[in-house]
Amino acid sequence: MRRVVVTGLGLVTPLGGDVETTWKNILAGKSGATQITRFDASDQKCRIACEVKPPEHEYGFDPNLRVDHKVQRQVDPFIIFGIDAAGQAIEDAGLEHADEATRMRFGCSIGSGIGGLPGIEKESLVLAEKGPGRVSPHFVHGRLINLVSGQVSIKYGLMGPNHAVVTACSTGAHSIGDAARMIRDDDADIMLAGGAESALCPLGIAGFAQARALNMSSNDAPEKASRPYDKDRDGFVMGEGAGVVCLEEYEHAKARGAKIYAEVVGYGLSGDAYHVTAPHPEGLGAYNAMQMALKKAGMVPADIDYINAHGTSTMADTIELASVKRLFGDAISTVSMSSTKSAIGHLLGGAGAVEAIFCILAMRDQIVPPTINLDNPDEGTEGVDLVPHHAKKRKVKAVLNNSFGFGGTNASIVLKAMD
Amino acid sequence: MSEIAERVKKIVVEHLGVEADKVTEQASFIDDLGADSLDIVELVMAFEEEFSVEIPDDAAEKIATVKDAIDYIEANKG
Repeated sequence: MRRVVVTGLGLVTPLGGDVETTWKNILAGKSGATQITRFDASDQKCRIACEVKPPEHEYGFDPNLRVDHKVQRQVDPFIIFGIDAAGQAIEDAGLEHADEATRMRFGCSIGSGIGGLPGIEKESLVLAEKGPGRVSPHFVHGRLINLVSGQVSIKYGLMGPNHAVVTACSTGAHSIGDAARMIRDDDADIMLAGGAESALCPLGIAGFAQARALNMSSNDAPEKASRPYDKDRDGFVMGEGAGVVCLEEYEHAKARGAKIYAEVVGYGLSGDAYHVTAPHPEGLGAYNAMQMALKKAGMVPADIDYINAHGTSTMADTIELASVKRLFGDAISTVSMSSTKSAIGHLLGGAGAVEAIFCILAMRDQIVPPTINLDNPDEGTEGVDLVPHHAKKRKVKAVLNNSFGFGGTNASIVLKAMD
Repeated sequence: MSEIAERVKKIVVEHLGVEADKVTEQASFIDDLGADSLDIVELVMAFEEEFSVEIPDDAAEKIATVKDAIDYIEANKG
């Protein structure tokens, strides 16, 4: 069977415009949350978010590094983040100047949960105020979810499968899992895979706030708002950004002497068949996805050293935790599990891919990132190392990454360090 | 250079992301400035907004160079 490994990483997050800056800040226990600066949020119930910072910020993102000025004007922020993260990953893999034969077998699977909501909001106002003749000719293709993959394929000449997953907050994990299967099934030798998101606009914040999904009680203390597993958690903090990995068939990577970060060994998918926003109360879907991922990896729970939880800082955290406890049994005592959403908020469709990269870096550096703000662990958390406050040095050879989305869609990935 | 020409060039630089010195009056939007047909639709919309002028589709199709745009606006500006 064709094996799939990771040979490149790219990140744009609220804690950095690249992989190493983000990781350093994550390990230092920083928070990327602030009051919203992107627009006037004074009339919103939720006035905080984890925004990607401007270039002049200590850990800002410079869109001019990899995204053409003209493209920047035409597309929504999620596409800009996605192109840059994909560019980082392809450069990290040393494939940005690949020959034509390589590029024929080189594809893209970069999705988004929501797509270009800020642009849809803005252009609908143009339509209402100025009429159809003033709607931008770039409106449609500047907002479509598959246009990260489209733009990246055009920029780098990638002629393999061009795909985009849309499964809400499971998008990033599904993208990596599906792309790995495309390589395994011999549709491609290399795939850029991940997710990108920016729904940070009045409509996005108001919509999630009305669905009672966002934290609305910590508008004056944004850095304390995202507190997965804490008794006082009461909603997620909206994040934005992108994560993209370069996946490659193992022999292909080996033959060209590529640096190999990890192997994608397991992928599990399931549906809750329960409710549009609430998870199944017994975490059945989460359990099934994790179990399938472990089975595909040929592993047992005791083989897993670290779990990057979905852990959004909502009531659902303890449901996920209960299903992890049920699946892991005695092995729960040897695993560390944390939610990096405590630091960068919830990147929705970007979350699964960004968190998969944190899992890979945990294996590279033999350290697990913390769950910050976990001051008063909720009932049901006892007996589990949730890595409160501080990163922790430990053995990390295999990891499990969970992502669950609205609609009851679940994805789990198992990654393993190379022997 | 006329005031209209200056404003036209400013819009072209902003929308197409090209160096100002490349935006000569003879420059073709597609051949010299890297525009595609959708960029031209967008430029025409920007000219309409900036100069409060209507540029119908059949007239827009004839605008190929920076000079074509300046000439049309000078002749039709209200």
